[in-house]
Amino acid sequence: MSGHYGQFDIRWGMVIDLDKCTGCGACMVACQAENNVAIQTDASNKRLVTNWMLVFELSNGKSFPDHEVAYLPRPCMHCGNPSCVAVCPATVTTKDEEGGIVSQIYPRCFGCRYCMASCPYHARYFNWYDPVWPEGMEKTLSPDVSVRPRGVVEKCHFCHHRWMQAKDKARVAGEDPKALPQEAYQTACTQACPNGAITFGDLNNPEHTVHELAHSEYAFRLLERLGTEPQVYYMSRREWVRRAGDNYLADEKTGSVKNEHHS
Amino acid sequence: MSTIPSKPFDQALFPDGGPRCGLLKFVLWLGFLGLIFAWGGYAMGRIFFYGIGETALDNYFGFGLWITFDLAVIALGAGAFFTGLLRYILNIDPLKNIINLTVIVGFICYSGAMLVLGLDVGQPLRSWFGFWHANVHSMLVEVMFCITCYLMVLAIEFIPLVLENRQLDKIRLIHRISHNFHVFMPLFAGIGAFLSTFHQGSLGGMYGVLFGRPFAFREGFFIWPWTFFLFVLSAVGSGPVFTVLICGIIEKVSGRKLVDFKIKALMGKIAGTMLTIYIVFKIIDTWAWANGYLPSVGLTFDQMYNDVYGTWLLWAEIGVCGVLPAIMLMTPSLRNNPTLLYTAAILDCTGVTINRFVFTVQALAIPVMPFDQWYSYTPNWAEWAPTFLVLAYGALVISLSYRYLPVFPQEKKLNA
Repeated sequence: MSGHYGQFDIRWGMVIDLDKCTGCGACMVACQAENNVAIQTDASNKRLVTNWMLVFELSNGKSFPDHEVAYLPRPCMHCGNPSCVAVCPATVTTKDEEGGIVSQIYPRCFGCRYCMASCPYHARYFNWYDPVWPEGMEKTLSPDVSVRPRGVVEKCHFCHHRWMQAKDKARVAGEDPKALPQEAYQTACTQACPNGAITFGDLNNPEHTVHELAHSEYAFRLLERLGTEPQVYYMSRREWVRRAGDNYLADEKTGSVKNEHHS
Repeated sequence: MSTIPSKPFDQALFPDGGPRCGLLKFVLWLGFLGLIFAWGGYAMGRIFFYGIGETALDNYFGFGLWITFDLAVIALGAGAFFTGLLRYILNIDPLKNIINLTVIVGFICYSGAMLVLGLDVGQPLRSWFGFWHANVHSMLVEVMFCITCYLMVLAIEFIPLVLENRQLDKIRLIHRISHNFHVFMPLFAGIGAFLSTFHQGSLGGMYGVLFGRPFAFREGFFIWPWTFFLFVLSAVGSGPVFTVLICGIIEKVSGRKLVDFKIKALMGKIAGTMLTIYIVFKIIDTWAWANGYLPSVGLTFDQMYNDVYGTWLLWAEIGVCGVLPAIMLMTPSLRNNPTLLYTAAILDCTGVTINRFVFTVQALAIPVMPFDQWYSYTPNWAEWAPTFLVLAYGALVISLSYRYLPVFPQEKKLNA
């Protein structure tokens, strides 16, 4: 379905091994620091908190001693067929750049929140108030990422600025910016994960680890049946975890179905 | 000493047709509306100054009371375009006796919706970006263009009525201007019908295209999901009787007969016909959604409802507020009974409001990711206050129009 938005030579993607994730939240913290995500003085209402990367806890629903949990980090899926791009009235969010990263142009967003209503992953966040940086904290702001005012929607962009920097570096070194080695461009969450659960790279490039991992028999994507075609993959050897990645009728086998409406 | 009954100070402005209440009473009424304006204005001020965080909206419920309210009043305001279409294009002459009120109600609904939208968006000063950077694939762009254009059409349709104020009409130039407006009214009615049909549909299309929200997503015809057509039908199936309800309220408050009951019953028949067509398709659509689409994405009908957003909403929408009023409005003996006509109208309008509510709120409450959970949303005072402000604004426009404009051509005859 990526055909709707063009075929890209490079498709930045992520594979997250849920069997390695311990739910420590380092990816969330790294993301917040890297991307100038606003500090909220009262984070008691989780539905008002901004987490471009959010770790969900999954349970197999069984009692002890069969009880198991898994942790699922959820960035923006950068869908091949994004539900948000077509609905945005002001062309704020697009999928038209090589790499397939779904963009978000903050100065153009007027805050209608239609994209939030469209996203089944809840990957989009609204700035309900003006961001306030406690005195001194403004010194921690990264100059590479713009801060967002109130009234606009924001989301994960796969640390797009790091890609820009990697391309610049390649150009200076006389290398091809379109053929970056895997190490040249990594997201903050990937680097922060202590267990190496997150792998990032070009899904189209056989030299990048994600290419192989995404083709694993244990790989799956969230809500594939809806036809969103995410560029974020998950892996687990546990069948119940893979099954939790999509909706299944009782008699359906995990991973046996595909989207019928958008293929 | 004989007593001369005192006449209101502003009597010279009254339409030729009947008395109006005293100026003091009217000013007291305006004062009451003013209190609501103050309350709503305070909430609006806080929201503009601090941000939409003042409301109960959140990252799960980006749409809430305001969008539900907008969609409901736009549907209920459909009486304007549909009655205009029937009156001016299809020449159903008796509707001339209620057409002015449909225009006023439509104008209030659309301008009120625009007011709320201005509050609902995070960056109101950038609202024009939807026109400047328009994404032609977005149903919301179509809605923005059509609603803006249609509000202009409604204003053009409202202007001649304002110019027909008894004192203004004495001025020869103004009289001629309003006359010329009337000459071109079929043209505006046609433009209005075109614009309104499309944005009513696009409002439904807005939800129908959300393939990430299985509650709302519908397949359809060409680029239009089935909700496109269902929203048009439900709007024309409820808008006309909403005007009848407003008329009934004005009559009750003023104590005067304003529109012949036959006209109201005719509006009921028109709405009933459209409601019947709508409800048949709505039942088919719901059945196909529950038995076709949902299983195809691994979901069941039961998963779409919980303790808060229960199936009672569906039965209320389609049964009690859909099939029942359709039968009542299509049965002459029931429709011609004023109590039953008004009851059917209330049910009908409630049904379309429930429909807009579930598509706006329930669609967002359902956990699409299997490991997510149900959430519910309750609007807070900061959302209710501006909503009541818009209702007060509507009451103000209707009060001023009734007092000073010749809205009801039959008033003099019916109260003779």
